Amino acid sequence: MTFFVLILSALLLVALATALVADLLVAAIWLALLSVLTTIAMFYLNSPLAAVFELSICAGLITVIFISTISLTRLTSNQEKKTAARTRLKKYIWLPMVMLVIGIALYLTLDINLTLPLLTPETDVRKVIWNLRQFDLLGMLIILLVGVFGVVVLFKEKFNNER
Amino acid sequence: MNGDLNQLFGLFLLFLSLLLIAGVYLITATRNLIRILIGMEIMTKAVTLLIIAAGYVTANIALAQSIVITLIIVEVVVLLVGAGIVVGVFMLTGDISVKALKNMRG
Repeated sequence: MTFFVLILSALLLVALATALVADLLVAAIWLALLSVLTTIAMFYLNSPLAAVFELSICAGLITVIFISTISLTRLTSNQEKKTAARTRLKKYIWLPMVMLVIGIALYLTLDINLTLPLLTPETDVRKVIWNLRQFDLLGMLIILLVGVFGVVVLFKEKFNNER
Repeated sequence: MNGDLNQLFGLFLLFLSLLLIAGVYLITATRNLIRILIGMEIMTKAVTLLIIAAGYVTANIALAQSIVITLIIVEVVVLLVGAGIVVGVFMLTGDISVKALKNMRG
């Protein structure tokens, strides 16, 4: 229990750092650290397969996507960065206070007494994915194809504009 | 479900609600499109971990893991298309602010 309290507190602190830091590149790296902490929590909740997915895709691939997007769209000069950082601080100074107030309110009111229905527990993830959730797999494939199609369309337009 | 598991789920619910609120705040307070994507990512992390915690306390961890794998894949696709849109908007307008989207037709 103490371990989970520590991990979840670290998650909140890293999320705050991601929100408050001025540089987008640094924010992307904080986000990768958030993914790593999520992975550790998942591993200790007996779900190693989801943890591996989280680590390789969320901490790896998504960070690469963010860094390439940021490097493709970097436009501000140093002076602009300084003024932007000042206005940002005014906006985000409320975030820790909002979280603190809502956290205390939730702590005082939250009374968990769930009696969730226990389904037939299937312990093998592969069986669940390939046997129980075949239709969802089809949906996942369609979503992947839509993503590929979307990226192709977006970049095709860009190349046409360049010509 | 015994008391310990209830307590564990309550702990996760409390902290992950706050993480979700941080993501919502980030999305609503900023006008930068990349920061909106980062806020969305933070919210997804909270949901992912809550699904795993729910699977853990109800002894359905395999089902929870398979749902999380689906969620991660959908998350990547959404982020990829979002990043493509950000780059496209930047190429068109030279800006990555939400204001740049207001001037678009359609």
